[in-house]
Amino acid sequence: MSLSAYVPILFLFALAAAFALFSVGVSQIVGPKRANRAKLEAYECGIEPSPEPVGGGRFPVRFFLVAMLFIVFDIEIIFLYPWAVSFNALGLFGFVEMLLFIGTVLIAYAYVWRRGGLDWD
Amino acid sequence: MNSFWLLIAIPLASAAILLLLGRWADRWGHWLGVLSVGVAFGLAVSYFVQLRGLPADDRSAEIDLFPFLHVGSLQVDFGLLFDPLSAVFVLLITGVGFLIHVYAVGYMAHDPKRRTFFAYFNLFVAAMLLLVLGNNYVMLYFGWEGVGLASYLLISFWYTRNSAATAGKKAFLMNRVGDAGLAIAIFIMFATLGTVDYSGVAEGVARLSSGVTLAIGLLLLIGACGKSGQFPLQAWLPDAMEGPTPVSALIHAATMVTAGVYLIARSNPIFNANPTAQAFVVAIGAITLVMGAIIGCAKDDIKRVLAWSTVSQIGYMFLGVGLGGGAYALALIHLLAHGFFKAGLFLGAGSVMHGMRDQVDIRRFGGLWKYMKITWATFGLAWLAIIGLPPLSGYYSKEPIIAAAFDRPGWTGWLYGGAALLGAALTAFYMTRLFVLTFHGPKRWTEEIEHPHESPPIMTVPLILLAFGSVGAGYLLSTSVPDWLTPVFEGAHEGEGAHHLSHAAVTWLSIVVTVLGALLAWALFRRGTALVEQPAGALVRAARRNLYGDAFNETVFEKPGLYLTRALVYFDNKGLDGLVNGLAALVGGGSSRLGRTQTGFVRSYALSMLGGALLVAVAFLVVRLG
Amino acid sequence: MTTAVDVLAQELQIRLPALDYLAMGPMLVLFGGACLGVLVEAFATRRSRPFLQFWLSLIALVAALVTVVRAANNSPQAFTADTAIAVDGPALFLQGTVIVLGMVALLLMGERRIDKGGPFVARASVPVGGEADRRQARESGSTEVFPLTLFALGGMTLFVAANDLLTMFVALEVFSLPLYLLCALARRRRLISQEAALKYFLLGAFASAFFVFGTALLYGFAGTLRLGGIHTAALGSTANPLLLFGGIALIAVALLFKVAAVPFHVWTPDVYQGAPTPVTAFMAACTKAAAIGALLRVLYVALDRVRWDIEPVIGAVAILTMLVGAVLAVTQTDIKRLLAYSSIANAGYLLVGALAFSREGVSSSLFYLAAYGFTVVAAFAVVALVRDEDGEATHLRRWAGLGRRSPVVAGLFTFLLLAFAGIPLTSGFTSKFAVFSAALGTSGQWQVAMVIAGVVTSMVLAFPYLRVVVMMWLSEPVENGPMVANAGTLTWTALWVGAFATLVLGVYPAPVLDLAHKAAEFLQ
Repeated sequence: MSLSAYVPILFLFALAAAFALFSVGVSQIVGPKRANRAKLEAYECGIEPSPEPVGGGRFPVRFFLVAMLFIVFDIEIIFLYPWAVSFNALGLFGFVEMLLFIGTVLIAYAYVWRRGGLDWD
Repeated sequence: MNSFWLLIAIPLASAAILLLLGRWADRWGHWLGVLSVGVAFGLAVSYFVQLRGLPADDRSAEIDLFPFLHVGSLQVDFGLLFDPLSAVFVLLITGVGFLIHVYAVGYMAHDPKRRTFFAYFNLFVAAMLLLVLGNNYVMLYFGWEGVGLASYLLISFWYTRNSAATAGKKAFLMNRVGDAGLAIAIFIMFATLGTVDYSGVAEGVARLSSGVTLAIGLLLLIGACGKSGQFPLQAWLPDAMEGPTPVSALIHAATMVTAGVYLIARSNPIFNANPTAQAFVVAIGAITLVMGAIIGCAKDDIKRVLAWSTVSQIGYMFLGVGLGGGAYALALIHLLAHGFFKAGLFLGAGSVMHGMRDQVDIRRFGGLWKYMKITWATFGLAWLAIIGLPPLSGYYSKEPIIAAAFDRPGWTGWLYGGAALLGAALTAFYMTRLFVLTFHGPKRWTEEIEHPHESPPIMTVPLILLAFGSVGAGYLLSTSVPDWLTPVFEGAHEGEGAHHLSHAAVTWLSIVVTVLGALLAWALFRRGTALVEQPAGALVRAARRNLYGDAFNETVFEKPGLYLTRALVYFDNKGLDGLVNGLAALVGGGSSRLGRTQTGFVRSYALSMLGGALLVAVAFLVVRLG
Repeated sequence: MTTAVDVLAQELQIRLPALDYLAMGPMLVLFGGACLGVLVEAFATRRSRPFLQFWLSLIALVAALVTVVRAANNSPQAFTADTAIAVDGPALFLQGTVIVLGMVALLLMGERRIDKGGPFVARASVPVGGEADRRQARESGSTEVFPLTLFALGGMTLFVAANDLLTMFVALEVFSLPLYLLCALARRRRLISQEAALKYFLLGAFASAFFVFGTALLYGFAGTLRLGGIHTAALGSTANPLLLFGGIALIAVALLFKVAAVPFHVWTPDVYQGAPTPVTAFMAACTKAAAIGALLRVLYVALDRVRWDIEPVIGAVAILTMLVGAVLAVTQTDIKRLLAYSSIANAGYLLVGALAFSREGVSSSLFYLAAYGFTVVAAFAVVALVRDEDGEATHLRRWAGLGRRSPVVAGLFTFLLLAFAGIPLTSGFTSKFAVFSAALGTSGQWQVAMVIAGVVTSMVLAFPYLRVVVMMWLSEPVENGPMVANAGTLTWTALWVGAFATLVLGVYPAPVLDLAHKAAEFLQ
C-alpha cells in the first residue's frame, strides 16, 4: 500500500492542530484580562460546585455509569464507520453481521433502560 | 476359588452398613462386625484348602476385576492375587482379627460409640486384606493408605484425651514420610519398567541397573519403616497405644505393623538383585531390635512396654527378610507366631486394665494372679512364648533367625548375630519384669482399687484360643511354612553360609541368655519396685526418653518443616508488602506515608506479580543463555 | 481525483473467512442464551425472573453440550474462522468439561432456599450497612448472575479453542469480566466480597496487560499471531530470540495468573474467600479448566520446539506452586482459604502433567481437570450448606463435631477431602497417578524432580485435609455450632453429582481416561 494516500489525512491533522493552537494562543494574547469573583469560580455545568469530600476530587459514582454508557455507544459508532467505508466489499454478510452487532448493543441498551440505568435518581 | 474378592468385600460391606445405618445399627452393629470377619475367616480357610489342593508350582490364583488405569503405556488393573504368601497373611488377618473382634465386643461394651468403632475396625480389616491380596503395587498402595487411615481414626478414637489426638497426628505424619517413599518407589518402577505388577517387576528387575534397584529398594525400605515402626520412623508406634486396647492388639501388634515385612517379602526380587539394599534392611532390623528392647526395659506403662517389644520383634522380622534366602520364610514364621502371642499379650493387658480401672502403670500392679487366673495363665504362656523358651512358639520362630544372622559371612555375621542374641537376652529381661511386676510380688495398688476382677468370658475365650496359638503355632509353622512358601521366594539365592557357630551352639546360647535374662529380672523385681521413677544412670535415662528418638524427630522433621512454613507464611503475607512499607517509611520518613501504603494491599499483590514476572523473564533469559 | 477513503476501500480486499457454524455451535448457543438472558432481565417481572433465568441457562447449557457432542461426532478436527478457532480433541473435551461443570455450579447458583432470595445480592453498588442495604437484604437477589455465567462460559469455550493470540486475548477478557462482577455479588459479608472483586479485577487487568504485551512481542518475532505460525518461526525465524522469550514469559505470566500458580497466586485466597461460594466453585472448577486448556494449547501447538527452554522455568514454577500451596494450606483456619491453597497446589499438579510434552501429558491433564472440577464443586457445595445465623460458617473451629450433627454431610465432605488428599479409590488418586506417571513417561530430569515434589507435597497436603476430618468427627461439637442448612434439591443434586463423579472416576476411570486419551491430540 502506498503511503501517499495518507498525505491528505496528515494534512488534515496538521490543520486541526494549528487551528487549535492558533485560537488558544491568540485569545491569550489579544483578550482583555479583567477578573472578578464570578469569573474565577470553577465551571461545572453552570451549577454552584458542591462541597468536595475530604481528600478531594471524588465524583458520585453515577458519573462513571454515564461515562461507561457513553463509551459503549461510542464504540458502536467507531465500528459503524469502517463498515460504511467497506460496505461494498463486505456485502450481505457484513450487513447481517452489523445488524447482529447493533442488535446486541440494543439488548444491552434495553437492559440499562429497563433497569433504570438512565435515570439519574 | 476365583471368588476370593469376597474376602475384601464382606468386611467392607459390613463397615459401610454400620456407617450408613447410623444409630439404627447401635444395638446389633458389633455382632455384624464380628460376623463379617468370622465369615471372611471361614472363606479364607476354604480358599486355603483349595490352594493346598493344587500342585505346588501352580499355587496361585489371579483375577482382574476391571481395568483401573489405562493411559497410554500405563496399564494398571484392579487385580487380585491369592498365592501362598498372601494366603498366610489372609489367615493371620482374618483369624487373629476374628478373635480380637470377639474380645472387643466385651471390651467396648460400655462405650457409646461401639458401633462406629466396629465400622472402623471392619474397614481396617478390608484395607489390610486389600493390601495383601493385590497383584500389583498400586493395589498394595491402596490398602497401605487404607490401613493408615483406619489406624489414624482408631488411634484418635478416644478424642477426648488430648494425648490420643496428638498421637494420631504423630502416627499420621510419620506414616506419610514412609508413604512418600513407597509412592516414589512405585513411580520409579513404572518409569523404568513400565509396569507395576508383581510378576512384571519380578521379570523386569534383571534389566535394571544396580543404582536403580538400590534406589527402589531403599525407598521401599523407607515405606516399610514408616508402616512397621522401624528405625528411624519408630516413634509413632508406642504413642499409638493411646487407642483402645483391641486396636493396639489388632493393628499395632498383629497385622498392620507387619505390612512393612510383607512389602519387603513381596519385593524379594528387587532385594535379591541388590545385596546393598539387603544390607540396609538387615542393619535397620538389627538397630531396631536392640533399640526397642533397651527402651522396653525402662518403661513402666504396660502397653508401652508391649509396644516397644513389638518394635523390637519386628526388628527380628526385618533382620530375617534382609538376610534373604531361606531367612524370608523364617521371618514370616516369626511374623505369624508373633501375631498370636503379641495379640495374646495385648488382649491380656487389656483384660488387666479392665479389672484395674484402666490403670496402665505396672508399678501399681502386683499380685494379680490370684484375682484373674485366666488372664494370668494365658499371659504367662504368651510371655514364655515371646522370650523364646522351648517348646513354645517363640523358640521355633526366633532362634532360627538368630542362627541365620550368625551365618552371614565375615564380621557382619558376628555383629548381627550378636545383636540378635543381645536382643533375645533383653527381651527375656523386660518381659519377665513386666510379668512379675504385674502378676506377682506384693500388691502396690492405688487406693480406689479394692477388688480386681476377671474379665467376662467373651474376653477370656479369645485369650485362651490365642494362648493355644502361642504354645503350638511355632512348631507347626516351622515345619510347614518353608515348603509352602518356596514358590514365592524361588529366585532367592541361598547365602553361602559362613557358619561362625554351629547351629546347636546358637541354640544353646540363645536358651542360656534367655534364661539368664529372665532370672535376673525375676531376682530384681520379685519383691516389687519403687512406686516413682528413681534417679538412674545415663543409659536408663536415655532409654526412658526413647533413646532420644523424639528429640531426633523434632530436629530432623519438625523443626525444618516449621521454619519452612513460617518463612512461607511470612513471605506470603508480609514479604513484598513489608518491603514496600519499609521502603516507603525510609523514603517518606513519615507515618502518614506508611499508613497510606498499608491500605493498598492490592498494590503489593501487584508488585509481587510484577516481581514474579521479572523473575520468570530473567529465568527464561538465563536458561537461554546458560 | 481519488480520495483517501476510496484508496483504502480498494486496497482492503476483504476475504470473508469460512465459518463452520456447527463447530462454533457451543459458543453461539452460550452467547445467544446469555443475550436472551439479558432480555429476560430487562422485560420479565421480578417475580418470574429467578425461575425463567435458571431454566433458560440450564437449557442453554444442555443445548451447548449437545452441540459439543455433535461437533465431536461430525468433524472432530478442523480449523474454522480462518484458523482463529481450532475445533480439535482437547478443545471439544474441555468445552464439554467446562459446560458440564458449569451446569453443576449453576445448580448452586440457583439455590434459593438456603438464603431467602438466593446467595446473591440485588444491587451490589448499594453502600454496605445503610438503610437501602438493609431493605435489599429482604429482597430477592440478583438474577443477572445467570447471563453473566453464560457469558463467562461462552468465553471459556472460546478460550480453549482459540488458535491465535488475539482470539485468545478476546476470549480471556470475555470470560474474565463477568467473573469480576460475579465476585462482588455476595449477599452476606458484602465488604470482603467487594474487596475480592476489586482485587481480582485490578490484578486480572494487570495480567491481561502482560498478555497483550507478550502478544505484541511474539508478533514482532514471528510476524503472525497464529500459534502454528509461532511454532514455525520458533526455529526458522531470524528475528531476535529475545522477542520470543520475552513474549513467552509475558504470556506465561498471564496464563499462570489465571491458573493460580506461584508467584502469581496472591489473589487466590482472598478472592476464593470473598466471592459468593457458588461463584468460587465455578471459578475453581471452570476457570482452572479453561486456563490450563489454553496453556496446554500454547505449550503444545506454539512452543513445542522450544520446550527445552521452557521446561526449567515452568517446571520451577510448578514445583514452587505445589510447595507453597501445600505448606500454606497447613496453616489455614478458614475452610475457603484452605480450599484456595489446595487449588493452588492442584495447579502445580496440573502443570506437572502439562509439562510432560506427550500425548499422555495432555490426556492426563484433561482427565485431572474433569475429576478435580467435580470434587471441588461438591466441596464448595458443602461449604455453602454449613451455616450459622451469620451465613456460612467458614472458620474451621466452627466445624468441630459436625459429624455428630449431620453425619451425611460430614461423611460426604470427608470423602471429598480424602479425594483431595489423593487417597486411593477416589478420583484424586487416579488423576494424580495419571499425571505423575505421564510426567515420568518422558524420563526428563525436570519431570522426575516435579514428580518427587508432587508426591511429597501431596503427602503434606493430606495433613490439613485430615485435620478437618478429625475436627468434624472426633472433636466435641462447639456450642451454637453451625447447622446444615435446609437446602433445596439443587444444592443436594450438585453435591451428590460431584461426590458420585469423584467415586466413579476413582473406582472405574477407564472410560473417561479413554475418552481423554482419544481427544488428546492438538491440531497443529
